[in-house]
Amino acid sequence: MEHFLEQVLNGFQLGLMYALIALGYTMVYGVVQLINFAHGDVFMVGAFLGYFGFAVWGLPLPLAILLAMASCALLGVIIERIAYRPLRYAPKIAALISAIGVSLFLEYFSSLKFVFGPNYRVVPRPFPEIQWKIAGLTVTNIQVIVFVVVLIMLILLQILIYRTKTGMAMRTVAVDHNAARLMGVNVDTTISITFAIGSAFAALGGVLYAIAYPQIHPFMGIMPGLKAFTAAVLGGIGIIPGAVLGALIMGQVETLTSAYISSQMRDAIAFAILILVLLFRPTGLLGRTETEKV
Amino acid sequence: MPVLEIENLSKAFGGLKAVNNFSLTLEEGEIVGLIGPNGAGKTTVFNLITGLYKPTSGTIRFLGEEISGLPPFKISQRGIARTFQNIRLFKGNTVLDNVRAVFHPRIKYNFFDALLRTPRFTAEELRVTQKAMELLEALNLDKRANEKAANLAYGDQRRLEIARALATQPRLLLLDEPAAGMNPAEVRHMVQLIRFIKEKYKLTILLIEHQMGMVMNLCERLVVMDFGQIIAKGTPLEIRNNPVVLEAYLGKGATVA
Amino acid sequence: MKLSRNTLFFFLGSAIFYALVKIMQFNGILTPYWQLVLDQALIIVIGALGLSIIYGFTGQFSLGHAAFYGIGAYTAGALDKVYGNGNMLFFFLSLLIGALVAGLVAFIIGLPILRLRSDYLGIATLGFGIIVRVGMENGNKLFPVLGGATGMSGTPQLAQFDLIFILALIIILLVRNFIFSTYGRACISIREDEIAADVMGIDTTRYKILAFVLGCALAGLAGGIYAHRYPFLHPASFDFLKSFDFLLIVVLGGLGSMTGTIITAIGWVFLLEVLRVVLGQDFIDWRGVIYALILVVSIIVRPQGLFSGKEFRLLVPEQLKMATGKERTYAGSGN
Repeated sequence: MEHFLEQVLNGFQLGLMYALIALGYTMVYGVVQLINFAHGDVFMVGAFLGYFGFAVWGLPLPLAILLAMASCALLGVIIERIAYRPLRYAPKIAALISAIGVSLFLEYFSSLKFVFGPNYRVVPRPFPEIQWKIAGLTVTNIQVIVFVVVLIMLILLQILIYRTKTGMAMRTVAVDHNAARLMGVNVDTTISITFAIGSAFAALGGVLYAIAYPQIHPFMGIMPGLKAFTAAVLGGIGIIPGAVLGALIMGQVETLTSAYISSQMRDAIAFAILILVLLFRPTGLLGRTETEKV
Repeated sequence: MPVLEIENLSKAFGGLKAVNNFSLTLEEGEIVGLIGPNGAGKTTVFNLITGLYKPTSGTIRFLGEEISGLPPFKISQRGIARTFQNIRLFKGNTVLDNVRAVFHPRIKYNFFDALLRTPRFTAEELRVTQKAMELLEALNLDKRANEKAANLAYGDQRRLEIARALATQPRLLLLDEPAAGMNPAEVRHMVQLIRFIKEKYKLTILLIEHQMGMVMNLCERLVVMDFGQIIAKGTPLEIRNNPVVLEAYLGKGATVA
Repeated sequence: MKLSRNTLFFFLGSAIFYALVKIMQFNGILTPYWQLVLDQALIIVIGALGLSIIYGFTGQFSLGHAAFYGIGAYTAGALDKVYGNGNMLFFFLSLLIGALVAGLVAFIIGLPILRLRSDYLGIATLGFGIIVRVGMENGNKLFPVLGGATGMSGTPQLAQFDLIFILALIIILLVRNFIFSTYGRACISIREDEIAADVMGIDTTRYKILAFVLGCALAGLAGGIYAHRYPFLHPASFDFLKSFDFLLIVVLGGLGSMTGTIITAIGWVFLLEVLRVVLGQDFIDWRGVIYALILVVSIIVRPQGLFSGKEFRLLVPEQLKMATGKERTYAGSGN
């Protein structure tokens, strides 16, 4: 029983990190209807910058995190500006192909020797790991930190989207670009802000991921990216609570499958669940079914 | 036997009753107009007849057989065709292929004839192409046969939609605002065209239209809808003088303006 | 049966291509290495035409095409490894079974998931691809011959250029005939407007599944040939990155164009190898970077792809001459 609860806790930690990545996917999908395949690689860049920040350049951890978040926000904005904006009103598939290209570019460019290099790097712990025994359960300070940080970020995001003008602009752009423009919303700026926020979240997720699972390399973003995207689809893409819900489910599925079935089956079962959910709810768990107007 | 018999048809979206207790019978060879203010549920009736929506309750019989619950393609194959209010052509295809595509259920060669291009394939393709060209000629589109549908002028696109509907060899044709956005001269042409195809292809026609001149001119009977319900039925003259109809339109006018 | 002019040109063009390859083989310009690249390009042409049917012509977004390529490769490869002993007849049989198995799996998975639309369908097929990869990595637990995560070798290497070339020609012609028939028109109408197609009497579910099964069977056939040309099969050769390869070939070539798919497939395979040579040992790390840049730049320059909806004449079957009326000709589908 304790073992099971510990696994649930581990799954919760993983799910929270997926949530940070999934939010970026879902927000971007909301405003430009694009599967931003490069998002997982922004997460990777975030992990590396965080690592360089606290382990190589010796910055204090919060500063390293802020640096990674700010740089990735900028990176997200640049990617959108160069690779997606020229294709915004082209067929959707064009932007998707461009996103795949950007993803490959970030992976291979990061692998170059003078950038991050092609090898695995072991991330030293920025602080000693502490374990507590609570009612027979082992809880680590890393889990607590991840939980608190993600919770704060989710609250901030909620405030941003529902309580600020920027958030209102984002919600308007998500409904209709032209209508938003007519209402005086600067669509380009709003999309840039969305990419910036999403990328910053991914960077934060990257740094936390590197601390919790201390090994990084240039292709590390692919799988978490796919999983987080899957989580966003599972919850209903474009819907923020859906992304969090989907991510928490993915975290549990993965951890419990590894613990009780087989770690090799982990990905297969995660995606089998996705397909099953889509069959019964074609727009995800919280997605609204749209009937096309005829 | 009536071509179409609709009895107590209702469709609810959540709490909203888009169509409520709608009944209508169409006799062979009639042209009936379905009018009413925007949002009255006219297009929903079309969507129910063609099987795009499943009715919440009520029955639809076509040539004496129940069709509600059938998928759209089967209803089409039985002989009901329609056009769309917001033109839905196969835009990237040529004009000719828009028409040829819908001959599909009546093609008399099989998959292997197609892969191996047997003589049966060639003969049948020729037949279908000729039939399609005849339809395009009838609708004065034959000179545009090899153009992309998307590149046609608006009026031509409307006519191509009619040609495509006719290619399914319907007994009943549902026209959803065929003259929307046309100028008076074009509307007159459309009226002539509808009369012409009705005679030539022995059709029964149900027509949604906002241009009063057109419905008054073309239809033998009118059915007026408002808020999902039929509020009046009768000849164009009767409808013109019906106070309930005037109120439905003016009432709407008053709130909008 | 009388061959039309375009078909004659098609065969003429193919014969010239074949002769050129033979000359280059003879005087040693085409080294075994480049021969392998050429063969690979032709194999990818077959598989990419499959995705072209599914996505380019029928509009069903699939991010899992490589899974079917892999299913065909493993099925045909393992069958021939175990039962075949260099027998050509058995080789062809194994190719056929590989294609059939891929098609059958496509049918089983397609029946439920083809109800999904665009991105959702894409992500479901991507998920399916990952499941297949996990299956390949663990397949040796059920059938040791599959080799699992360490890969499989031992398939008789019976496919060589002449045979691959002829198979590719046959497939191109069959796909052409399919597209320029009522079946092709039914598929294209689904791509253009699924609701209108349905209301106009086309059984959209049936043709979406037909297109998916045919396309995946072609991927399976391509995979079977691959298994007989490359001595080593590995699950990583069939993962979602490979699916992206097929997708970008079809998109960069231009949706709804066989010409585009064929040319881009060959161009893309050669590009990767040419980059390897041009960059040399010192800059080989840059290959992925340049590959990615070319991808982004070309899609921004031509978002609609090279040949969107257009075909070379030699890939268009005969023109129909009308019996009635004046001297008029109407092209085939030419969408």
